[in-house]
This record gives sequence, structure tokens and C-alpha cells, in this order.
Amino acid sequence: MSKSNFTRRGLLKTGAVTGAGLAMPTIFTSGAAAFTNEPTGNTVTFGFNVPQTGPYADEGLDELRAQELAVEHINGMGDGGMLNTFSSKALDGTGILGKKADFVTGDTQTKSDAARASAKSMIEKDGVVMINGGSSSGVAVAVQGLCQEAGIIFMAGLTHSNDTTGKDRKANGFRHFFNAYMSGAALAPVLKEAYGTDRRAYHLTADYTWGWTQQESIQSATEALGWETVNNVLTPVGAGDFSSYITPVMNSGADVLILNHYGGDMINSLTQAVQFGLRDAQANGKNFEIVVPLYSELMAAGAGENIKGVYGSMNWNWQLSDAGTQAFVKSFGEKYGRPPSNSAHTCYVQTLLYADAVTRAGSFNPCAVAEALEGFEFDGLGNGPTLYRAEDHQCFKDVLVMKGAENPTTEYDTLEIVEQTAVEQVMYEPNHPMFGGDDATLGECNDGA
Amino acid sequence: MQILGLSKRDSTFLLIVIALTLLTPILIQPFPVGSGLNTFNAGYPDLMQKIAIFGIFAIGFNILFGLTGYLSFGHAAFLGIGSYSTVWMYKLLDYNVLWGLPLAIIVSGLFALVIGFISLRRSGIYFSILTLAFAQMMYNLAYSVLTPITNGETGLQVYESDPQVLLGANEPSSPHLFGIVMRENFWTPKIGGWEFTFNNGYYFTAIIAIIVFYLSLRIFRSPFGLMLRAIKTNQTRLNYTGINTRPYTLAAFVISGMYAGLAGGLLAAMDPLAGAERMQWTASGEVVLMVILGGAGTLMGPVLGAAFIKYLENIFSKINDSVLHGWFAWMPDGLEDFLIGVSHFFVGKSWHLTSGLMFMLVVIFLPGGLVEGGQRIKALFKKKRTSGDDGAGTEAQPTAAE
Amino acid sequence: MDAIILQILNGLDKGSAYALIALGLTLIFGTLGVVNFAHGALFMIGAFVAVTLQRIFNLSTEHVDPTKTDFLGNPLKVKVPYVESWFGPEVGAALIDWSVPIAIVLAIPVMLLVGFVMERGLIKHFYKRPHADQILVTFGLAIVLQELVKYFFGANPIQTGAPDAFSGSMDFGVLLGFDPNTIMYPYWRLVYFLFAAIVIGGVFAFLQFTTFGMVVRAGMADRETVGLLGINIDKRFTIMFGLAAAVAGVAGVMYTPILAPNYHMGMDFLVLSFVVVVVGGMGSLPGAVAAGFLLGILQSFASMNEIKSLIPGIDQVIIYLVAILILLTRPRGLLGRAGVMEE
Repeated sequence: MSKSNFTRRGLLKTGAVTGAGLAMPTIFTSGAAAFTNEPTGNTVTFGFNVPQTGPYADEGLDELRAQELAVEHINGMGDGGMLNTFSSKALDGTGILGKKADFVTGDTQTKSDAARASAKSMIEKDGVVMINGGSSSGVAVAVQGLCQEAGIIFMAGLTHSNDTTGKDRKANGFRHFFNAYMSGAALAPVLKEAYGTDRRAYHLTADYTWGWTQQESIQSATEALGWETVNNVLTPVGAGDFSSYITPVMNSGADVLILNHYGGDMINSLTQAVQFGLRDAQANGKNFEIVVPLYSELMAAGAGENIKGVYGSMNWNWQLSDAGTQAFVKSFGEKYGRPPSNSAHTCYVQTLLYADAVTRAGSFNPCAVAEALEGFEFDGLGNGPTLYRAEDHQCFKDVLVMKGAENPTTEYDTLEIVEQTAVEQVMYEPNHPMFGGDDATLGECNDGA
Repeated sequence: MQILGLSKRDSTFLLIVIALTLLTPILIQPFPVGSGLNTFNAGYPDLMQKIAIFGIFAIGFNILFGLTGYLSFGHAAFLGIGSYSTVWMYKLLDYNVLWGLPLAIIVSGLFALVIGFISLRRSGIYFSILTLAFAQMMYNLAYSVLTPITNGETGLQVYESDPQVLLGANEPSSPHLFGIVMRENFWTPKIGGWEFTFNNGYYFTAIIAIIVFYLSLRIFRSPFGLMLRAIKTNQTRLNYTGINTRPYTLAAFVISGMYAGLAGGLLAAMDPLAGAERMQWTASGEVVLMVILGGAGTLMGPVLGAAFIKYLENIFSKINDSVLHGWFAWMPDGLEDFLIGVSHFFVGKSWHLTSGLMFMLVVIFLPGGLVEGGQRIKALFKKKRTSGDDGAGTEAQPTAAE
Repeated sequence: MDAIILQILNGLDKGSAYALIALGLTLIFGTLGVVNFAHGALFMIGAFVAVTLQRIFNLSTEHVDPTKTDFLGNPLKVKVPYVESWFGPEVGAALIDWSVPIAIVLAIPVMLLVGFVMERGLIKHFYKRPHADQILVTFGLAIVLQELVKYFFGANPIQTGAPDAFSGSMDFGVLLGFDPNTIMYPYWRLVYFLFAAIVIGGVFAFLQFTTFGMVVRAGMADRETVGLLGINIDKRFTIMFGLAAAVAGVAGVMYTPILAPNYHMGMDFLVLSFVVVVVGGMGSLPGAVAAGFLLGILQSFASMNEIKSLIPGIDQVIIYLVAILILLTRPRGLLGRAGVMEE
């Protein structure tokens, strides 16, 4: 039971939510400011909060491109992109509920504090009704908490930690991106087929919350295959030179190295592992292998040739052949001259999903929007049939297993899709122990009124 | 007119500072909300709170650096400790900031005592590196190994499962002072196209800021302050005259650490989440920049520096292409594209470049910081009158703010 | 035992980078008395000289290959680097392959020039200013430089590999009488270590055995007296600044295969290199080098599982911990002189 229920405001709020189902039109159309930042003019403002400085600035830039594109499509400019393939037809390219979509941008700096400051300025100064974007789980959890307190909707960008929709899940926060558990579950069958069931894995793990949940997930998934975990070594974030963590791997008796690193850490640790000859080495009579559970296009670009043949997972990739993907890649590619990254895709889709939910709910009230998103099943946005699960606000869809391409023809196809692991394979219970167990609750939806 | 034991001149100065602080919501919101220049408005609660809080941080840092001449590169650690203490009080007791803030001051004071005691055995850059080393150790551990205490990368926050033993039935679910909720606004008048926001939290920090500013003024004017200034000028000579300077420098260190702890506590009082990055060396460096930029050793300088840096960070980073198009749309296409192209170097994702350039320009052309800029402007206006009493030794005179 | 030798090698490698940066930083401290927060940026610029050269070699002519398509389904534009069309595919490919070592040749004049411009245009005016002002202005400069690099090269690390000839590992253990394949160490890291040793030795020899170096050392000890002797010490100091910039720059070039360069790598090294310099003792070149290797090796040992399991997180704090212990037992670092930067 949420604590806020005991407060006077909490009671009113609960009343409003209950009432929403019964008599929505009268509640949400009456009076001024029925909820935080109720749009009153002929525009509605979104906040795109992405890293624009720091190591993930390029990722943030790509997210921003996609978000701008989404706003264009919502307002009926351009070719409409995924609106043409989206299974819900509520959006018709005339804006949202008769209002034109507008946006402001901010810089998260990939720091919780800075991201919250930027999000607060959007809420307090620019009057946004929804915040989208980001490229780290720490930022996502911090901003999600803020949106919950302020009474607006948070549509998470790239955040892969189990915590975002696990122990830190919030009623006002939604995640389309996949998570560490899904990466482990999707990779396991492919790893089994490629490397067999008799393997000894050595983990190098970035020493912060995402790293830990990633490591925990992939360890349990590989141990379920029969793999043995030799060691798990925590490495400082931004270590740069990983040599002193890599050299012990060689004589440890392990025959697989799993790099639970992201971004620059992964680029450096993988490059250096290859330099130390791990890819060419033999151990226990088998070829030594390296696995990178979470891939991104920028990491692949940064690591260059070193990723050849290395398995990993992704939320989405532009090389998929479904109609939604093709429509999105076409409109993104024609505008920006490059294929979108998977973080760009998730931000684009999240923006569309929000706009669609508002239209279906007939209101910008975050609680009405949340209700429209909960349990929503859709298709045509690139990942096949997808469910926004009501219990934890996590999307469930197929997960891509990727491999570094042996012979890429351009700078954009350095990764190739090996397998599209079916959604059933990566499903889990909302009270799974890796996701906060029974203690994890969404709390009450907050509309800030 | 003299108040609170201050000289006439200082009393006037304090009154002006109080007036400026209380009128901030109007002063930094000069443009109508609907206009294209709304981007430059800074009168929203979060930024005003940040300016006041980092002002407090910088005022305290100035007592150590500006007055005593010891350059600490690790004061962000105390900021972080203050925040963590306050959030822990939310978690254990309840959301009333009354418990957390004093604890923040006490705990950071204790840490400052220990770290200061060790670091002050050395001076100059050796002292700087010692403080840096302590702060970096604390940051690195807070980010990783100490996650059970600090919640690591995500930042310490309150969970539903926390004890919160004092939580009353009708208590607000965010930081408050006896029911006055920090993030709520008590008055949001709209006058013409202008909108102003009067926020509980801002006025809470503003009143504290005025109090600690007054304290710092008294320290500057006290025999203790004189001793600190003597240490900065020539410590060796003081030692030869038989004065043990260590207790004075340690006192200055602890006081500035407590200021930092208070600032950290206030950060958590405005926003109940404490990220580990606020302890990183870049955060320590930021307060150094604030003080030098504003004018080290002056009373008003640190506050100006804090406001300047926070404004740049929060306002310039938000200027994106559509804002630029809005400004330059009336121009011919070629010129518009050119100006937008040039602007890309300075705003939005490149706001760091602007701050770097500003640091360079200020330090090159205004060696005394922003305060010196103010003095020069004032001197321009004063030229017609006599310039007799602008003599030497007025370095710490707060003329600029008047 | 083999694990320990490997960690010593790792430490020497890390230490090489620390020592090279700290060496330049100390040269600037010692000769000019300037706290140069832009020194990390010089290291970064050096690395991006290598990136730029790689980009130049990869400048390509484009022709449309109708048999292949790009991601939008249009005919693919195949790129052929100019160097390949000019010098033939083999020489061209070799040039691209060897772009990092070749970049050294380019980096030295570039970095000398950068150093001269920085010293004459900016640093010169700050000799008489307080250290705090020097910190602010050089920090501002560092931000400007790294933002410019970010503007043109982006924020993502850029893979800049070593030549293929150095890509493998050497069986280092055999040299020491171990079994084959127990101590394998990448060629490039050994090259880096040798390179650092040569540069450090070169700088010391230059200061020790040339008249120029003698004057500079005299200037470091007592600037005024040297000036009174009628020697133009300022000009020599400018050259020293250029030299320090060049040392940082070539260190950056050679480090690119180990650490894919990105625009903020200078900032990442900045704090560490200051700690190294101070632990070594302000104004002491041997101190800076010794501290660089000492801290590099200690950091490597602290990363070993056996030690991490005893003291969790020790690898994150070891450098700072050692710095505190050394500064408390030796007031001026390992080899520092009295009175330098103590006021």
C-alpha cells in the first residue's frame, strides 16, 4: 500500500483515479489546471532530456534526432514514418487532441543530479507534460522518480537495468527498452548452440547498479545452461586501461569472457581483451570466446574490427525487415543520412506511444494516459507484437541477438542479427526476485493536482 | 543606520543583499513568458534554489580559499555528506527538513575536522592534493562499494519500505518544514505577459543564505577574520611571532566544510535525491571556479560566480535548433543558417565551450573576477566625482554589490 | 608468480603513460611556475593528431557500385582512399595501417606549435598571476579545446589501431625462463613501454648534457640570477613549454591503440597526473617519473582479485590512498624541493 494514500492529497488523488473510470469527461475538462502542466493553449510541450555533453553525447544526439522526427510525424509533417504501420490508428497527423506537439531539450550530462535539474526546469519553466530520453539507468531512475513526484509521465529512453521497472518502478514511468534479464534470457539459447553447455565463464562487470544487474542476469541465464562461473570481477567505471583485469583471465581456467560493460568501458575492455590475444587463445581445449551482453551501434563503431564474431543483444536494429522498421529507417535515413540507432528507435517509439495513449485516453492527464498505456498491446513499431505490461510498465517483445559481422560492407552493418528470440523466452513474473520481488510496487499514479 | 553590530557601510550592504535576494524571482525573470527571450528567463524554482544553495557553498568556500588562501580541491565531499545525511533522515524519521539540516552541518563538520586536521599538515599544492585525494576516495567508494549507504549511481532516495518512524497521518510526501512543502509555490502572479513564481523552497534557502551571508560578513570583519587574512598574506611571519596558525586554519576549514554540508543538506531539502556525482572532483572544481570567477576574497563575488555558472549550465544547454530558428527566423535564409551554424559552437550541446570561454575571458580581462567588473562599471559612473577614497587595502570591501 | 609478473608489466605500461604526462607537467611547473590544467588537453590533442592522420589517409573517392545497395536501398557508394589510388592498393593500405607511428612525425611539429602558441599567446601573461588564476584560465582553455574536438570528432571513442605487425602478443615468459604461453604480452604495449623509456631518457639527457638544458635547469633553480647574467631565459622557457607539449602529444599518439581516443580523455587523465606530479614532489623530474611508475604498478596490484577480495574497492582508491600516505610521511613528495608551490 502506498504511503501517500494516507495524506489528504493522496486520498483526493485516489478518488480522482477511481472517478476517472466512471466520469472522465467531466473531471478532466472542468476548471483550470486539473493536473500538472495541463496544456491550455494550442500546443503541448514534451521534454527531451538526453545527454548532450559527456561520453554519451553522441547517443543523446541520435535520440534527439529521433524525437524531433517523432514530433514531426505527430504534427503531420514528413512521411509519417511508423504512424503508417502502427496498429493503433488514433494518431492522424493533426497533432494530439487538436494541439500541435512542441518540445524543449535539455542536457542530462549522464549524471543523476544534472538530469534532474534539467528535467525540473522543463517541468517548472516550460510546462512539459512528458519527459523522454536518457542513456543510463541511474538517470532514468532519478528522472522517473522526479516525474512521479511532479505528476507527469516519464517515457524512459535507453535504460537497461532491471531496476528501472524492477525495484524502482513508478506508476508514472514507462519503459519500452528491454532489460538485463531479457538480455540474459535471449542470449542463453544462442550461446548454448554456439558454444555448448560445458563452458566456464569469467565476468568483468562495471562496478555500479546497471553492471550488477546485468551480471546477475547473465550469470543466472548461463548457469541454467550448465555453464560454470569462474569469477566475477568488478571494474571501476571509466577505468580506461583494463589490462590488470584482463591478464588474470588468461590463466584462470575460464574459456568465455563476459564483459558487462557499456559505452567507452566496453570499447576499451573488448579492444584490450582482443589485444591480449583472448580471441585467438585456446582454453580447456576450446576456442576462447568473448560475449558482450548489451550492444549498441556506437559501441560497435568504437570497437571497430574487434567485435567480429562477438555475441550480444539489442532492443532493435535497423536491419530488421518488418514494415514498421522499414518505414522508420526510410524517414530517418532520408532526413539525417544515416540509419537510426536502437536508442533513437526507442525514443521515437516512446514518443509515439505517449501521443497515441493521450489520444486514446482523450486527455493529457497523466493518470488517464497511464491507464491507456497499461496493458496496451500494439504492433507495427519495429519489434513485432508488443505488450506494455500493467504490473510494472515494462514492454514485452522479441529481443534481438546480434553478432559482430565478419565482412561488413558499410560502416552501418558491423552488427548482424543472429536470432530474434521470441517474447515468451524473455518473459518473467512481475514479482521476480531480480525485479524487487514482492516489495516492488508502482505506487499510486500522481497527476500533481 | 547600523544593524546587528555592523558598521554603517556594512549595514547598507547587507540590506541591499537582502533586498536583492528577496526580489530574485522578479529580477531574474525580466522577459515576458510568451516572447522569444523567455529562454533567458531564470525565475523558476529549481534554478533559483540552486543559485541560492551554491551561493551558500561558495560563501563558505571563500572563507577558506579567499580569506585564508588555502585552495581545497575536495569540498564537494562535504556537500555530498550533507545531502546523504539529510536523505537518511527522510528515510529514518520523516520528510521534515528540520532533522536533516542540522545533522548535515554536524556530520560534514566532523568529516571536515578529521580531513582538515590531516590535510592542513601540508600547505600549498600539497594541501590541495590531499583534500582532492580524500574527496575522490569518498566519491569512488560512494559510487560503488558503499552503495548500500549511498545507493550508488542512482542516488540515495526514499523508498516506500523505509521506516520513516515519525511520519504523521497528514504529512506531505516530499520535503517540508512543519507542513510548508518546499516544492510548492505560494504565489504565482501573472502581470501582463510576465509570470513570476514565488516558491516556498526558494524563500527557505534564501533566508538561510542571508543568515549565513551575515555570518560570513561578521567573520570577515572579526579579529578571527583578520587573523585568517594575515595567514594568507604571510604565514611564516606569523609563525615567527609565536602564533600557532593551525587552530585558525582548521577552524576556517571546518567552517567552510559546515557551509558545504549545509548546502548539501539544502540540495536534498529541495529535491530528495542525492546523486554521487555531487562529490566528484569536477564538483569540487566547480566551487573553486565559482569563487575565482566571482572574485576570491570578496563577499559578494562567490555568490555572483555561483549564479553565473548555474545560469550558464541550465539556460545555455537548453537552447536548441528550434529556439534558434525562432530567434533568427526574420533574417534572410543564408544569414539565418550562418548564425545558427555559428551558434552551434556555443549553445545546446556545446554549452561547455561557452563556459570555458567565459572563464578565460573573465580571468584575462577581470583579474579580480566579476566583482572587479562591477567595480569598473561603478568607477565609470563615479569618475566625475572625487576618486579620493578608492585607496589600497579595500580588496575585501564589498563595493561591487552596491 | 606469472600473475605478478603480468601485473608488473601492466603497471609499467600504465606507469609509462602517467610518467610521460607528469613529466611534461613538471617541466612546466618547474620552469615556468605555472599550474597547467590544460596539460591533459595536450595529451588528448596528440591522440587526435593520430585520429586526424588516419582520417586524412582514409579520405576517399566515391564511385557507385550498382551491384550493392546501402541501407536505404539506393546503390552503394564504394569508397577508395586517395592514398590507395595514388600509391597503389598495397602502399596505400600500409600507410593507413601504419598511421599511428607515422602520426608521431606529424605530432611533434604540431604539438610544438600548439605549445608555442599557448605559451606566447596566453600562459606568458600569467607568470606573475596567482596560481588560482592560472588554474582558471588553463582549465577554461582545456574545456574550449576539448569542446572543439568534440564538435569535429563527436563524443564516441574512435578506434585507432596499431599496425597489424604489432597486433599479436609476445611470449614474454620464455625470456624469463617460464613455460611457453604463460606470460603473453601484446607487442604494442611493450612498444609503448620502450617508447616511454626512450622519451624520458631523451628529455633527461637533453637537460643534463646540453648547454640549453643546463641553462634551463639553472633557471628552474633560480630564475632571477640567470636573468641577471644576461641570458634570455624567457625564450628558453617558451621552448620548454613546446617540448612539454610535444612530450604529452606523442604520449597521446602512442596511447591511441591502447585506449580508443575520445574528447574527454584529457580530463580523465588530468587529476591523476596532478596526483602523480605532487606525489613525486613539485618541480622534480625524477620524482614525477618515479611516482608515475610507482602508482601505475600499485594500481595494477590493487586490481588483482586476491587483493580486491581482501579489501573491496581498493583498486578504486589505491592511488589516492598512497598519495595521502606519501604526502604525510614525506612532506614534499618523493623527491620534492622545499618552497616550490608551498605558499
